[in-house]
Amino acid sequence: MSETVAISESEAARVRSHLRVYVMVFVALAVLTIITVAISYLRLPTPLAITLAMVVATVKASLVAGYFMHLLSEEKVILWLLVLCAAFLVFLFALPFWTETGNGPLWVG
Amino acid sequence: MSESHAKLGFLRSYVFSTDHKVIGIQYGITALLFLFFGLCLMMMMRWQLAYPGEAIPIIGGLLGETLVDDGAMLPSFYNSLGAMHGTIMVFMGIVPLAVGAFGNYIVPLQIGAPDMAFPRLNMASYQAFVIGGLVMLSSFFLPGGAASSGWTSYAPLSVTATTGQTFWLIGMIFLIASSLLGAINFIVTIIHLRAEGLTFFRLPFFIWSQLVTAFLLLLAFPPLQVAAIFQLMDRLADTSFFMPTGLVSGGDPVAAVGGGSPLLWQHLFWFLAHPEVYVLILPGMGIVAEVIANNSRKPLWGYRPMVYSLLFLGFMSFCVWAHHMYMTGMGTTMSTFFQITTMIISIPSVIILTCLVISLWGASIRFPVPMLFALAFLPMFGIGGLTGLPLGLAAPDAHFHDTYYVIGHFHYVVAPGTIFAMFAGIYHWYPKVTGRQMNVPLGKLHFWLSFVFMNGIFMPMMFEGMAGVSRRLFDPTVYEIGAAVHGLTTMSSWSAWLLALSQIPFIINFFMSMRKKERAEENPWQATTLEWATSTPPPHGNFVEPPVVYSGPYEYSVPGASSDFSPQFIKQES
Amino acid sequence: MSEIVIPYRTEPHPLTGVTSGKLGIWLFLASEVMLFGALFSSYVLLRVGAAEGTWPTGVEAGLNVPIGTFNTLVLITSSITMVMSWASLKMGNPGAFKRYMGATIALGMLFLVVKGFEYSGKFHHGIFPATGWPGASDPSTFYGFYFTITGLHALHVFLGILVNIWLLVWGLALYKTEPERFAGRIEISGLYWHFVDLVWIFLFPLLYLL
Repeated sequence: MSETVAISESEAARVRSHLRVYVMVFVALAVLTIITVAISYLRLPTPLAITLAMVVATVKASLVAGYFMHLLSEEKVILWLLVLCAAFLVFLFALPFWTETGNGPLWVG
Repeated sequence: MSESHAKLGFLRSYVFSTDHKVIGIQYGITALLFLFFGLCLMMMMRWQLAYPGEAIPIIGGLLGETLVDDGAMLPSFYNSLGAMHGTIMVFMGIVPLAVGAFGNYIVPLQIGAPDMAFPRLNMASYQAFVIGGLVMLSSFFLPGGAASSGWTSYAPLSVTATTGQTFWLIGMIFLIASSLLGAINFIVTIIHLRAEGLTFFRLPFFIWSQLVTAFLLLLAFPPLQVAAIFQLMDRLADTSFFMPTGLVSGGDPVAAVGGGSPLLWQHLFWFLAHPEVYVLILPGMGIVAEVIANNSRKPLWGYRPMVYSLLFLGFMSFCVWAHHMYMTGMGTTMSTFFQITTMIISIPSVIILTCLVISLWGASIRFPVPMLFALAFLPMFGIGGLTGLPLGLAAPDAHFHDTYYVIGHFHYVVAPGTIFAMFAGIYHWYPKVTGRQMNVPLGKLHFWLSFVFMNGIFMPMMFEGMAGVSRRLFDPTVYEIGAAVHGLTTMSSWSAWLLALSQIPFIINFFMSMRKKERAEENPWQATTLEWATSTPPPHGNFVEPPVVYSGPYEYSVPGASSDFSPQFIKQES
Repeated sequence: MSEIVIPYRTEPHPLTGVTSGKLGIWLFLASEVMLFGALFSSYVLLRVGAAEGTWPTGVEAGLNVPIGTFNTLVLITSSITMVMSWASLKMGNPGAFKRYMGATIALGMLFLVVKGFEYSGKFHHGIFPATGWPGASDPSTFYGFYFTITGLHALHVFLGILVNIWLLVWGLALYKTEPERFAGRIEISGLYWHFVDLVWIFLFPLLYLL
């Protein structure tokens, strides 16, 4: 059944008010990209390099998720789904890692 | 609404349908056929186990020389049968039946919805399932035979195996995609399309079980998808995700650079495969709950604890998987971690089982055929679950790992467990789908024979396992232990063949009852849930008027009510 | 087929506050998070377990950082054009929508072209998925990993492009009759597209810079 649901004026205005933010996020993402590449040229010790790179990546990802994907204003159900996902991701990263590198050998031959 | 339905041709109505009821039936028929095929594979294996080296009767003469030697099974063929039996039963049989068939048909009806949230996606899920299934089956015709590295496809054996393994991986990719799409559909449907008044805690337990199952499929399958892609790359592009350095096979160094980890495969595989076992059992528990409540004429005891147990079980299932890997050399810390989580996860299943048993206390129990299967489920799942405990603890697992004890354990849960629940569901909902009742004497015959022979197959395995007989052996009698308990092996084999014969009354009943002239009543079980609020079979769109729900799902024997059941879709005068 | 009306296609559900389509795409993205999570987790395991000196940095492996940076900026730009295409629709400007969506598609294609350029460069130097690094004794499967994960990501980009093309060319007809519903579809496609960008945001430093 077609419901002719037109875009409401208030919706249009709401989106228009966010345009500036979107552009600022874009600029931030581009700048952070340059920064993370610049940091890599410093040839920092590996653990520090990894930490910094992941921190910058997480900031960038948060900007994309929060603003472009509207998560900052999204409904709770979506946020809880992602929290659940995050918990399972922690299991997926931590448990094999600890199992294979903790007190057991990683069989690499 | 029926006008538009009449305009569609045969193909759009029955082959490329987006109606959840048609799709449910399609899944059901396809899954039952695959289950039967998997049964046949196992029956051949049981011949070799009971009569090692002897020519297989009738079939032995028909099979080619890559499979049999003078009619007697070759070891490579035995291995293919084993790997494919497991794969087909789990991924092409039980899950499509429990989720694809029962889930698809019943869930929208039980929540009062006109269809699933995404009908076209539903059709796509079924089609992906069929493609995956056909790819799997076609592998039997390859020169090197079907996959033969166990349903677990451990590297590096699987990476160096014949082309059948590549087909297995491709088949799995389709089957996984089918489940992922289906899971999305189920979750959105259950959350969004419930009828007015059908709050979450008025949902039938079956719906809760399907909801949790869908989340397990959604979030646990992707790592196996990744693992399958990695293994395909290892096999086809000579990468070394799972291939360790310096591997030699048959005297020749393997063509892989090395640096990979076979244990990585195990972690990715079991990350799915542990939640998968809960996918196998939860819908069955849901069906058993429906049948028990209905045939005890009393609300389920402990409905809320059962629901919370389901949710907790679902969550915990993501952090127990390495109990399948105790023997891989993990240290005591991680072993302890997984033992603890595994012991914890046994609690919710016990709660659910106990609540189902207590639900019978003080009940007016009826014993139609579905109830026989549902009641038998309880002790059978009990045995299956309890025998899992020594496997979940690392010390006894050292003795039991990779023995027939494991095979006995998991088959108890899936075979007289889940499959009995599936039978209960078929007998219970048959009148809803076809408008006829199945024949009762044939049903009882089917039940009793199946019950006896299921135990006849799997109880001996528990003892074989305790005696130390390894699984996946082509001929256990080459070992002293295997030879000593060969009587048990033979007993299992005969029980298996007799179990297969015992399905004949069911098959006859299933097909002949459809053609009966006598129609069943609209609500033959005097049930309280929404699927009985509409006609049989339900029309396109399911409900002429959207139903409204006024009470909980199991309002049986309500004090002061005029009958012993108060359907949740009828407003009761107080 | 059906005259069946499935509710909550355009109006949000009172309990969740979202349409079925939006809930559906987030569930799909949750499964994609687990998919790419497994890929990254495997990377961590393989890299940590690799013998000393056998796992290269991106530069050591011959990955071109300027090209990778350019591609990252391409994808980021495509994300903003994607947002703008959705915003244009919401503001009732289908003309701007077409331009921004066209740009998103073109940038996505540019990403794939650059990727193809990188791959063929590798092949030219005799580097394939099966190639070990450092190549002498005890090599690691870095290249296997590189090709597989960037290949899977590229496949996701490709599929996103296909969906966007369909929406731009054929889907636009829906805007005339049900603009809100069409805007919802663009939002859903946008969520997928941003996710693909998000994955690359992690993938780029992991492979090229570390």
